[in-house]
Amino acid sequence: MTTYDFIVRNWPELMNLAWQHTVFVSIALAIAIATGVPLGVYLTFNRRLADTVLYLAGIMMTVPSVALFGLMIPFLSVFGHGIGTVPAVIALVLYSQLPILRSTYAAIRSVDPAIIEAGLGIGMTRAQVLFKVQIPMSLGVIFSGVRVAVVMSIGIGAIAAYIGAGGLGQYIFNGITQTYDAMINTGAVAVSVMAILADFMFGRLERTLVSKGLRRD
Amino acid sequence: MIELNHVTKIYPGASQPAVDSVSLTVPDGEICVFIGPSGCGKTTLMRLINRLIPITSGSISVDGKDTMGLDPIELRRHIGYAIQQVGLFPHMTVRDNIATVPKLLGWTRTKIDARVDELLTLVNLEPKTFRDRYPRQLSGGQAQRIGVARAMAADPPIMLMDEPFGAIDPINREILQDEFLRIQEKLKKTIIFVTHDINEAIKMGQRIALLKEGRLIQAGLPDELLNRPADEFVKSFVGADRVLKRLNLLKVRDAMMTNPVHCLSDDSSEKVLEQMVKNDLAFLIVTDRGQRLLGYVNQYDLRGHKGHAGDVARKLTLTVSPERNLKEALSQMLSYDLGILVVVGEDGRIQGVLNSTTLSTLVGSTYDERGGHWGRITAAGRIL
Repeated sequence: MTTYDFIVRNWPELMNLAWQHTVFVSIALAIAIATGVPLGVYLTFNRRLADTVLYLAGIMMTVPSVALFGLMIPFLSVFGHGIGTVPAVIALVLYSQLPILRSTYAAIRSVDPAIIEAGLGIGMTRAQVLFKVQIPMSLGVIFSGVRVAVVMSIGIGAIAAYIGAGGLGQYIFNGITQTYDAMINTGAVAVSVMAILADFMFGRLERTLVSKGLRRD
Repeated sequence: MIELNHVTKIYPGASQPAVDSVSLTVPDGEICVFIGPSGCGKTTLMRLINRLIPITSGSISVDGKDTMGLDPIELRRHIGYAIQQVGLFPHMTVRDNIATVPKLLGWTRTKIDARVDELLTLVNLEPKTFRDRYPRQLSGGQAQRIGVARAMAADPPIMLMDEPFGAIDPINREILQDEFLRIQEKLKKTIIFVTHDINEAIKMGQRIALLKEGRLIQAGLPDELLNRPADEFVKSFVGADRVLKRLNLLKVRDAMMTNPVHCLSDDSSEKVLEQMVKNDLAFLIVTDRGQRLLGYVNQYDLRGHKGHAGDVARKLTLTVSPERNLKEALSQMLSYDLGILVVVGEDGRIQGVLNSTTLSTLVGSTYDERGGHWGRITAAGRIL
């Protein structure tokens, strides 16, 4: 059976897996952005902590994803969530932290001190400078970090099938066990397409949210 | 009015104060320039005024109120602030940049829009063209103008300007300086202007405060610093050419000798020649009865001529207006190798004469009082 036939015949199941994939990746990203961006901003005010946190996040990235999923099983089993969506989401949040944290931290820090001084000098409070100047100016770079996290999470999310989180990885793993090429191909292509689509959507979102004044053209 | 009273700033961990007991008063409506070599504390001193940096000891009062008793944010919203790097917000349009402080002060949209257009016009930028541009679409000079406009947005009576024209090329800097002085002429703000350029200080400042290693070395009118430097440091800082710099401050009117020796066009050539020989004059200015400059005569042309001096008068094309500054006048004299320069008003009437004697009397050195090959010029009026 060709890959095409496989896709046609299993369309409802494929959509179902894609939906699962989308759900846990989305939850993970939402948490990662909601924690990573504020933490990255906070770290710019605490340089000593910044080094430690960025270092730890860096180490996190070096742990192979299969190993991380495995490592979490004993810890989460205590809460009855050794396998399934919960460990998958946690692992993806951990992986996404570094690109989001690092880009946020770098972007906020790279705002020209003269601009901050000008803001304070004309009578903005420190919070106003942060929210009205530094963060809007950093959005483009923060977005690039988020886009890296999105694409990466969709890819790593495929491995989450290994610990029973479902998603498109299921086709890949099942395909490997059954040496079923069409199934493997379907899973792989679907993951890629999802990553490309997501990146494109975030690119559009970036264009709407980031000020035209910051565009280089 | 800004009063500094024994203002001292010691940065934590520093052994030397960055600003050391500076006392100074800046009267309303004046530009006071803080100048000194880098690291002299001029920028620190300026930032102490709007409390961007906390003061260590001493006090600063603005319009009679001690700044320590005011909310720093509130204080800064009422003091304009412009810096060399401009610091425009790149993600905001020109309008939003200028509107920053008015927005913080809660102005209405209509009032803000009107103010933005008014300020753009003031700094010589067409509102329609520039209002919706982003900073990246501006040239350096335009960005600097917007920076100044933003500082003036809420019409603060006081402005702090830290080398606002420092990053602009010399030609545009001159233009911006002139424009700014024109605006100041109308608005009469009280301004602290920081620079390290003595020429800019002399041009912009009604008062100059020279700092070194945190201490105020000399404060006074530009002319005082140039003419009576307090010590060797001031002397060397204002430069060995301080005498020439004074020329920038003075107008031709201040230096010219009025009622110069001359003759009328219908005076007899013979008699004029006789007087010129007697008074050892090689050349003589010729005017009509209405004091209008007609030219000059020399002894050679008059010799043997029967008639009126006006008949042999040669044209004198290079003259100078009494409103020009002395530096320009001197430069004209040097480049055309002129011993004297005749000062003519807009109506064509002769107002006076500039020569090396009058210049040197004014700038305080002695030159050849004979004024080069023109011979001695005296304030003798009509020669006959």
